[in-house]
Amino acid sequence: MEESQGNSGNNIETTPQFMNSIADECNDLKKAYDDCFNAWFSEKFLKGDRNLSKCDALLQLYTVCVKNAMKVKSIDINEVEKEHLGTENERRKPS
Amino acid sequence: MGKYYETTSTFNYAWDQLAKAFWNRYPNPYSTHVLSEDTLFREVRGSQLYSRRLLTKTNRMPKWGEGIVRSSHQVSIVEESYVNPKDKIITTYTRNIGFTRIMSVVEKVIYSPDPNNPGQTIAYRSAWIDSNMYGFRRPIESFGIERFRKNCGQAALGFNYVLNSIYPPKVATGANVQTVAVGRFGETTEKMKEKARRAGEKAKERAGLSTVYAASTGPGGADS
Repeated sequence: MEESQGNSGNNIETTPQFMNSIADECNDLKKAYDDCFNAWFSEKFLKGDRNLSKCDALLQLYTVCVKNAMKVKSIDINEVEKEHLGTENERRKPS
Repeated sequence: MGKYYETTSTFNYAWDQLAKAFWNRYPNPYSTHVLSEDTLFREVRGSQLYSRRLLTKTNRMPKWGEGIVRSSHQVSIVEESYVNPKDKIITTYTRNIGFTRIMSVVEKVIYSPDPNNPGQTIAYRSAWIDSNMYGFRRPIESFGIERFRKNCGQAALGFNYVLNSIYPPKVATGANVQTVAVGRFGETTEKMKEKARRAGEKAKERAGLSTVYAASTGPGGADS
């Protein structure tokens, strides 16, 4: 017997697969943050609640781990942190 | 000089459904070249959510390119995005980090509801591909645009795959007739499957039909 899940078609009905972090040692932190964020995004943000602070502490721990991994892999953090979208750095369509 | 490319693909899901699946579009069987995905920064700006993520991908180069690029098998990509739930728009902007002199690939995608059908979402993709490698610029840009063209179709198929697995068509089980085969808008499972199949084919077709044209950035050459 199938559990009743209603007919809205809007409920997330299966658990999505996990995408790895850049470094294995960050995977647990990533999962904890992603779970927090995904729930917030679907249940709060898309419904108009804009307070994201609930996941801040988890993101903080997680990004420390990722930034260390980026250093080890010599990825240019300054280049990564430059904002392009919506700034004068953004590419324009050729006229 | 540089090349500019644009294409659209249609998803057979309402914007709200697509938005919920957006952060889970990897992994999928069509994006095996995506190796990792991490969030680096996120904040709410006004009514929009801004995010910055780091992706790593395998760097698929043609044989002749391997001599130019010294054994770099991975490339890092920054993905910036705004999600605007009020106007129902997701905008993503991705660019590669490092090796940009050899080839810089910038992609912008806007996901918004199909104006003619609120049950569908359209992805408008634009790409800018540039190389500053003396003597290799043209073949590199041509290779880049071809690879990008192929990847657009794959990206649409991959996202569709994820959408299908998150919102599975309900299948009849046992004798419980109540739950049988009623999906969105009361469609039958078969109809939904057929629609999903057609959406996939449409996406493929559109990727094939889109235009590529070289975009001169005027005298003086590259602007990057």
